[in-house]
Amino acid sequence: MNKSHTIRIKVNGTAYERAVEPRLLLADFLRETLGLTGTHIGCEHGICGACTVLVNGHSMRACLLFAVQLDGAEIDTVESLGTVDKLHPLQESFREHHALQCGFCTPGMLMTGVDLLRKRPLATDDEIRDGLSGNLCRCTGYEHIVAAIRTAVRERDEVSGKAVR
Amino acid sequence: MSVEVRPKLIGARIKRVEDPRLLTGQGSFVDDRQPARMLHVAFRRSDHSHARITNIEPSAAAKMPGVFGVFTAADMNLMAKPVRATSRSKDYHATEMHALAKDKVRYVGEPVVAVLAESRYLAEDALEAIDIEFDSLPTVIDPEEAMKSGAPLLHEEAGSNVLLTRQFARGDADGELLTAPVRVKGRFRFGRKTPLAIENRTYLAEYDAGRQALTLYSSTQVPGILRDALVDILDISSHQLRVVAPDVGGGFGGKSSLYPEEIVVCALAKRFGRPVKFVSDRLEDLATTSQGFDEILDAEMGFDKDGNILAYRAEVIGDVGAYSIYPWTAALEPVQVISFLPGPYKIPNYRGRVRAVATSKSPTGPYRGVGRPISTFVTERLIDMGARRLNMDPAELRLRNFVGPKEFPYKTCSGIVWDQSSFTECLERACKEIGYDAFLKEQAGARASGRWLGVGFASYAELTGIGSRISAAPGMPINTGTELSTVKIDSTGSVTAIFGIASHGQGLETTLAQVVADELGARMEDVRVIQGDSAAVAHSTGTYASRSAVLAGGAATLAAKAVREKIIRVSSHLLEAAPADIRVEHGTVFVTGTDRKMTFKELARAVYSEMGRVPLDIREDLEATKQYDPVFGTTTSATHVAIVEIDAKTFRVKVLRYQVVEDCGKMINPLIVDGQVHGGVAQGIGAALLEKIIYDDKGQLLTASLVDYLVPSAAEIPPMKVSHIETRSPSTVGGFRGMGEGGTIGAPGAIANAVSNALSHLGIEITELPITPEQLFRAVRQSTK
Repeated sequence: MNKSHTIRIKVNGTAYERAVEPRLLLADFLRETLGLTGTHIGCEHGICGACTVLVNGHSMRACLLFAVQLDGAEIDTVESLGTVDKLHPLQESFREHHALQCGFCTPGMLMTGVDLLRKRPLATDDEIRDGLSGNLCRCTGYEHIVAAIRTAVRERDEVSGKAVR
Repeated sequence: MSVEVRPKLIGARIKRVEDPRLLTGQGSFVDDRQPARMLHVAFRRSDHSHARITNIEPSAAAKMPGVFGVFTAADMNLMAKPVRATSRSKDYHATEMHALAKDKVRYVGEPVVAVLAESRYLAEDALEAIDIEFDSLPTVIDPEEAMKSGAPLLHEEAGSNVLLTRQFARGDADGELLTAPVRVKGRFRFGRKTPLAIENRTYLAEYDAGRQALTLYSSTQVPGILRDALVDILDISSHQLRVVAPDVGGGFGGKSSLYPEEIVVCALAKRFGRPVKFVSDRLEDLATTSQGFDEILDAEMGFDKDGNILAYRAEVIGDVGAYSIYPWTAALEPVQVISFLPGPYKIPNYRGRVRAVATSKSPTGPYRGVGRPISTFVTERLIDMGARRLNMDPAELRLRNFVGPKEFPYKTCSGIVWDQSSFTECLERACKEIGYDAFLKEQAGARASGRWLGVGFASYAELTGIGSRISAAPGMPINTGTELSTVKIDSTGSVTAIFGIASHGQGLETTLAQVVADELGARMEDVRVIQGDSAAVAHSTGTYASRSAVLAGGAATLAAKAVREKIIRVSSHLLEAAPADIRVEHGTVFVTGTDRKMTFKELARAVYSEMGRVPLDIREDLEATKQYDPVFGTTTSATHVAIVEIDAKTFRVKVLRYQVVEDCGKMINPLIVDGQVHGGVAQGIGAALLEKIIYDDKGQLLTASLVDYLVPSAAEIPPMKVSHIETRSPSTVGGFRGMGEGGTIGAPGAIANAVSNALSHLGIEITELPITPEQLFRAVRQSTK
């Protein structure tokens, strides 16, 4: 059970080779093995969404995955988006709209938001709310998060030349 | 008299200073600290509600790989004293709590054994090898049963499960209710809730063996309270303990008490000379973070035939759980219920009595709103029930009974003084914003076509920013009425503002910088706020009870003003100008009508480094520390309006629209105010429709995961509108009023009234929260039989 396996994994564009215990959660691998503490752990049973990261481009919960499952995978965490000096447009929109308070759920919200913006039209606020419904936030009441995503949708659609709804 | 021309930072929608680090994963939450040689502690917790511990067998666990030690009460009591939340209140019994349960357990989840190991994985492995023998005792679950004489006792030395009795009265409520022409009454219940911050409670104690000093990094709202308590418990001097609240992932009251795990990490870090961390998981959070609100109210209100309230009476039973929590005591929540039941209304005759009853459940403690979500729910329900009986519009009935705009200050029948607030204005504006008259027409049409739409109001008043004359909890031995601030300009001209309050989402690093920059004449970007550190100021408690903007904002104002006066004195010498001609703006000192000026950087160099420029006899450090005490506090008020639709097939309640009109005085940052209101309303909607902690009759927690304890997601929360009536507080420095809790106070009552209104054609009155589809199904079926 404690025998380690070596995995090769790409995180935020950097390749790592690490020996991991089979039971090591992806969330703990990112935070403790790699020191990427931007991914937060809120419930460890897949409900709150705070630990959401992208696995091969799809949003997933890092508390429900074992690192050993992800040999060969590409992971993107919140650290892949922007920096304090140069925020990613979605981060900038979150700041503009005051879409975070304590900031604990925020990395998961952002990664879910990035995934939604790539995959869904998000034509209505109801669709945004539905898309965010797997990420719990206890501080904001979601109003400003919806507004921040709405702005990001508008920017996305302007760039891609789609009609602004 | 100078005229202010530049735009003020106070009142501006400034983007937050905290955001870039939090948005990029560069925040510093407790669990993000990973010092070398760190050990982890995990707890074996009671799976019994009430039982005697007859034997603990730790030896198998102690031999497991990576385990450094296994500890029980016998070990811990050599390192730490037990905790008692004392109070000057009469008819109160404190309870003794040991960091690890001694002899007896009193709730499921109570820590019994601690395991220290190299990793959290190994510590948790070892928990399973510990054998504990329990001798079951009768559970103490139903507070009404627990109050009876002969009931099994949770704390034998208290002699009763009733830990506190308190009554407030004015006039003759009992007599008036016998003769009042219109009387409404009910038995109201507000289910037990958990604050549920998304960051679980996390603690890390680091020990500096050379200096024999501990630093506790805690996900706490109250670093100052912890420091003061822990030095006594651990029997060390206060310069041997610093408590730091770094970035904290939400609190909502659940992180404002002292927890056993905080004592254990400190004791073990000191004993082993290594960093010791505890990270609770969500199950532990749901089972052991202080819960809130669990009360039963039998309440009755009497009106004359014109709708004037004649009398109000309430019997309150507060189910406070297993221990009287430190430092707030079991009095905090239930006594606030009877303090705030009168709300914004004039009530000539009142009697409110409360009994706080210990049960074998997780201890209750502060939860956003404390007492007032329930008192508002009950009072606002009775007003609506009265309006229905009187055949009056509920808004009109409220306006008739409010303390009027010219009647402030007003002392309520429970003894609270409303300094001055906008009760009437908030309600009138709320009616307008929601389009009340138009909705009533829409509702009538919808009802004709079988749709159940409803509108509900909740108006409330709350005391915020309370000062030293009123204790946050009655009789509590600590001072919660003051805060300190130090403002200083260093030798490079940078401004640092230092506080003991502890922001955990409120954006206080931003709002306090706004206050300091304005009062000092600095630029926002030159001001750095330090907070959440018990070593930063001589005394502080922390951030809770809608106090930090008022108290820390007030202290910041006073300290910044004092430094500004020093700047004017020294620059009057350096720039050879009369003090009256000196302006301080944007981090620069100007002489009016000339081109003479100095930046803070130049000024600081002249004061601190270029010796000889300022003669010794007039040289002053550019620094000041001030305490602020609002003495009594100030009134914040609001009206919430909800419009809901109930699905007649599934009985799901959907909140369609939500409007808040509030008066929190002078706003420092309206963007942050709106965010606080939204978050509070969402929490209140959760309380009204979804959230309930459930214990079965064996005392087992049935809502031990987020699949069972439901908190609202974005899909359950409606769009919200917030309007402000900005009446400067006459009682506080800066005119600020506290507003962090209001959302949670108004929403449960507004939703309950809207649901009752939607079902008014069936005569249904909501008396119990949360309102579940099953409850509505039963009520509708009952009414249509």
